[in-house]
Amino acid sequence: MKSVLDVAAIKADFPIFEQSMRGAKRLVFLDSGATSQKPRSVIEAESNFYYTSNAAVHRGSYLLAERASEAFDGARSDVADFLGVGSDEIIFTKSATESLNILAYAFGNPRSAHHVGPGDEIVLSELEHHANLIPWQELAKRTGAVLKWFSAREDGSLDLSNISSVITEKCKIVAITHQSNVLGSIPNIAPIISAAHAVGALFVLDACQSVPHMPVAPRDLGIDFLAFSGHKALGPTGVGVLWGKSDLLDGMQPMLFGGSMIESVTMTDATWADAPKRFEAGVPNMAQAVGLAAGLKYLQSVGLENIHNWELQLTKRALDGLREIADVKILGPQTLEDRGGVISFVIDGLHPHDVGQVMDQFGVAVRTGHHCAWPLIRKLGVSGTTRASFYLYNDMSDVDVLLESVTAARDYFRKR
Amino acid sequence: MELDSLYQEVILDHYKNPHHKGLPTGEIQVHHVNPSCGDEITLSLAVTNGIITDLVWDGVGCSISQASSSIMSDLVLGKSVDAAFSILDEFSALMASKGAMVGNEDVLEDAIALAGVSKFPARVKCALLGWMAFKDAAIQADTSWRREQ
Repeated sequence: MKSVLDVAAIKADFPIFEQSMRGAKRLVFLDSGATSQKPRSVIEAESNFYYTSNAAVHRGSYLLAERASEAFDGARSDVADFLGVGSDEIIFTKSATESLNILAYAFGNPRSAHHVGPGDEIVLSELEHHANLIPWQELAKRTGAVLKWFSAREDGSLDLSNISSVITEKCKIVAITHQSNVLGSIPNIAPIISAAHAVGALFVLDACQSVPHMPVAPRDLGIDFLAFSGHKALGPTGVGVLWGKSDLLDGMQPMLFGGSMIESVTMTDATWADAPKRFEAGVPNMAQAVGLAAGLKYLQSVGLENIHNWELQLTKRALDGLREIADVKILGPQTLEDRGGVISFVIDGLHPHDVGQVMDQFGVAVRTGHHCAWPLIRKLGVSGTTRASFYLYNDMSDVDVLLESVTAARDYFRKR
Repeated sequence: MELDSLYQEVILDHYKNPHHKGLPTGEIQVHHVNPSCGDEITLSLAVTNGIITDLVWDGVGCSISQASSSIMSDLVLGKSVDAAFSILDEFSALMASKGAMVGNEDVLEDAIALAGVSKFPARVKCALLGWMAFKDAAIQADTSWRREQ
C-alpha cells in the first residue's frame, strides 16, 4: 500500500486550485475541517443530473423519472457500500446537523420505540461541536432528561476515569464525536460504546471529521447511529447522511411530515413508510446525493487509509514546524497518536482573527475563532484558536507556506 | 502591503493601550457578543440630561474590535446622545462602503483609520461590535434618565 499520495495529480482534479488568491498567491487551503473542495467528478455528477436526469424521484411513470430514481437510489447504495451497511439504513438529510436533529427529535417523541423522559440521562462530551450538543440540550429541556458529559483533557482525549458514574442505568443516549473538529483528537470511544450498551443506551457517533478522512465501519465499531456531512467529504453542500440500524430506524418517529414519507393517508390520519423514506419527506436533494456518491467514489479510489496516513505526515511536519516558532502554542494532542489532520494553535498575545488575516495575505485559508465548539474553547482557557486542517489535496509545500505565514503573523504585530 | 491599510498605526496604538477600558460598574450595562468569532464586550454608560457622562467597557477580541471600541469611547464621551448617534451613523456608512469612502476626519477623528476595514467584509462586524453595544446602552440610559425626571 502506498503511503504517499500523488498530490499533484489529485490537486489537478480540483478546479478551485486553478485560480490565485490575494496578490497572485496560490491557494493554500487548510480549512477542510469546515468544508472540502470539490473534484471535477463531483461537480460534473451534480450538474449532469440536471442536464440528463432531472425529475422528481419515485413518482413519475416516464423515462426521466426512472433515470432520476435510478441515480438517487444508486447514490444511496453507493453511500451504503462506502460505510459497509444496508441501503435501507442510509437516510439522506440536508446536513449532518439535520441528521443529529432528526435523532434528538425522534428520541423526544413518546411514540418512538426508544425515547427519553424526565430523569433519563443523555451523555455527551466536552469535545462536541454545537451540532452534537444543542439538539441534545434541547431534547433534555423538552423532556426533563438530564445532560451529563465526559470532560476533555488538555491533550484532547476524554477523561473516562469516572465512566461508571457518567453512564448509569438511567442513561438512554450517548452521543460523542469521532474526532474533535477543534483539536483533531480521536477520543477512545470503544469503552464508552460498551458502557452505553451495557445499560441499554444507544450510541450516536458524530463522524463529520472522521468519515471523510479515514476508514470508518459502523458495524465494526458496534455503534447504533452515525451522522456525517456530504460537503466535508468532497460532496456538494445541502446533503448529509444519517445511518442507523434498520430495526431502530423503523421504531423512530420522523421529524418532517409530508410527501414521500407515508404509507397511507386519510383526512384524519397517516402511517409512515419504513426507513429510509419515512425520514425523507418532500422531493429529496437528488443532485446533491448523486454528487456525494461521486465524492465518496473519489475517496475510495485514493483509499481512506492512504488519505489518513498522508494527513498524518502533513500533520507531523506542521507540528514540528510550529514548535520551532517561538510564542506559538499547539493545543490538544502533541503527537500523532490518536489524532487526525487537524491542528489548533494560538500565538501568545495575538487574537486568532488577526493571525488569520495575515495568513490570508499568503493565500492561506484557515479557520479562526471558536469553531462551533464554544464549551471546549472555554475549557481550553482561550478566546479562540487558529485551526489548520489538512486533506488529500494538500502537499508538503502547503505546510511550508503555513509555517511561513504563521511566523509572518507573529512578526507583523511584534515589530509594530 | 494591503495589510497595512487594515492595521494602521493608530489602530495598533489603541489596541495596545485601549482608552476607557476597565471594569464596567454602571447601572446601565450591556453585553454584546459576535457569535461568529466569540468576541465579547461589556459596556456601561451614564446619560445625564442627554449627555453621555460616563462610559467604561471591557472585552476580549481582535485588534480591530478592541481598537474600534477604544476610539468609539473617545468620540462619544461628553457628547449628546444625538450627536453621538450621528457619529455612529457616519461610522456605519463608512464600514458599509466596501472601501469606497475615506471618512470625514472632522467627525470621525481616529475612526477614519478604520476605513480600511470596510475592504474586508469579514472584519466589519469586529469594528462595529463596540459601537452596537454603545448604541444599545445609550438608548437604555437615555430612556432611564428621562423616566426619572
